[in-house]
Amino acid sequence: MAIRVNLITGRTIQQGVSMEAGKEKPAYTAACGIIELDPADFKKLGAFRNTTVRVTSQYGSVVVKAVEATQGPHPGVAYIPMGPWANRVVNPNTYSTGMPTFKGTPVTVEVAKNEPVLDSLELVRKGCRGELA
Amino acid sequence: MTKTVTDVVCPFCGTLCDDLEVVVSDDGKKLFEVYNACAIGAEKFLHSQAADRLTRPRMRQDDGSWKEISYDEAIEYTARMLADAKKPLMYGWSSTNCEAQAVGSEIGEMVGAVMDNTATVCHGTSLIAVQDIGIPSCTLGEVKNRADRILFWGCNPAHAHPRHMSRYSIFPRGFFTGKGHTGRKMIVVDPRPTDTARIADVHLQIEQGRDYELLDAFRVAFKGEKLPDVVAGIPKEKIYEAADMLKSGRFAIIFFGMGVTQSLGKNHNIDAAIAVTRDLNEYTKAAIMPMRGHYNVTGSGQVWGWLFGFPYAVDLSRGFARYNPGETTSNDLLRRGEVDAVFVLGSDPGAHFPFSSVKEIYNLPSVAVEPHETPTTEVCKVHVPVAFVGVEVGGCAYRMDNVPIETRKVVEPPEGMLTDEEFLDRVLARVKEIKGV
Repeated sequence: MAIRVNLITGRTIQQGVSMEAGKEKPAYTAACGIIELDPADFKKLGAFRNTTVRVTSQYGSVVVKAVEATQGPHPGVAYIPMGPWANRVVNPNTYSTGMPTFKGTPVTVEVAKNEPVLDSLELVRKGCRGELA
Repeated sequence: MTKTVTDVVCPFCGTLCDDLEVVVSDDGKKLFEVYNACAIGAEKFLHSQAADRLTRPRMRQDDGSWKEISYDEAIEYTARMLADAKKPLMYGWSSTNCEAQAVGSEIGEMVGAVMDNTATVCHGTSLIAVQDIGIPSCTLGEVKNRADRILFWGCNPAHAHPRHMSRYSIFPRGFFTGKGHTGRKMIVVDPRPTDTARIADVHLQIEQGRDYELLDAFRVAFKGEKLPDVVAGIPKEKIYEAADMLKSGRFAIIFFGMGVTQSLGKNHNIDAAIAVTRDLNEYTKAAIMPMRGHYNVTGSGQVWGWLFGFPYAVDLSRGFARYNPGETTSNDLLRRGEVDAVFVLGSDPGAHFPFSSVKEIYNLPSVAVEPHETPTTEVCKVHVPVAFVGVEVGGCAYRMDNVPIETRKVVEPPEGMLTDEEFLDRVLARVKEIKGV
């Protein structure tokens, strides 16, 4: 079962703290390798909280952990904190403004139980080498 | 024994808090505790003491492993890379002091680089809008002492600028705002009921990406003209209520963030927000301010403003300064493959650029000057760790309201470690030698 949601990104305080503590550390993955979904969207997806999911847009794909929205409700809108996970799927087009479209990317979310959430360094390294789906 | 350093400036966000207290060892070599800072600021100070911190430059080997190199070798690689490149990108400049930015600009001029700062993925579109229609702004001191109507549009200071509300915008008691938050009205426009929205008097849960429409609706509502029943997901009654609330104040301030600059519409959203501010001045005093992210992104705009006339995306490759967002901006250059080397200082594009741009950095000769290990250092060929500005070296930084504040050194950097400015000075000297000037 897959659902379609509108993805936005941005800062969370956990993202900020774990970023300053070291982006190679597990805390950074825990803070940013997630997608915040509304309870209504969890229901549609038919998944438990803290399930690993694959998020796919026309620009890329990434595996993250689905958690319940911390600043909700926002049905139909999903949130991945700013960072390399979000940036695998956001719309990179700037439409001649210089600014990639970090907010408002249509994405598909589907359960991906057995796939691991990579840490930030591994994610960019494998991505650059073309080793990721 | 320990000593306490007072009035320390926090080098994390554009709020640039200047009331921190830091406990250090008597010899100034160890940092133990940080008071008054937010969770993020405190972590930044404490992380400088990490036992696993890198202290020497390293170069990526063919097999993918790192090899430690000397600062001299790193300087040689950087100078050669920049001097040999036809059009290098020199990106970042937001987590460093103005002194380092000035030296970096001189290098950029000498090698014909494109100089870009983190505004390119942050408030770059705001800068375009300011050039389009100007900006009625003020300082945070005026906000603290005068503002009684506060509007946060597409920003979430509870998470991104954690002490902004307590120091300047909502809670402090100022000269004409003696009642603190009880004398202020707070409006939040955000597609999520954020932690900032939870404490607001009015939260308009806008449909994501429809900011332009709602801003225009505010302009209509100020004039008392007719609105459709629902605009951007908000019933018209709520828009009239919020508009009246703004008009009835003595001093209104609009703070805006990534919700408007990064959603579709981009600079045109900010055009509309500034027009709202201008219209509001028909009824009361109103000002608008971008919530700048990095503590000195404003400073890099200032430095380039006075050196080149443009605040970001400055292309020096033709021997004079050109500026054309969409063409000379980092992500456009990278995605179109128009640069042949990348130098990063004081930023982490590896984590914060769309992946297609990160991959391009990986494929190019590249240097990252950065105290931490980051996704950028992971994709760059050479990583040069440096001292933390604002912790281990002082220097000038500009707050989000363009007020310059001198940051302070509170602790010694690890022995033998260079600062951004020292490293750039030596690269500049070497570039001059190579170019024969």
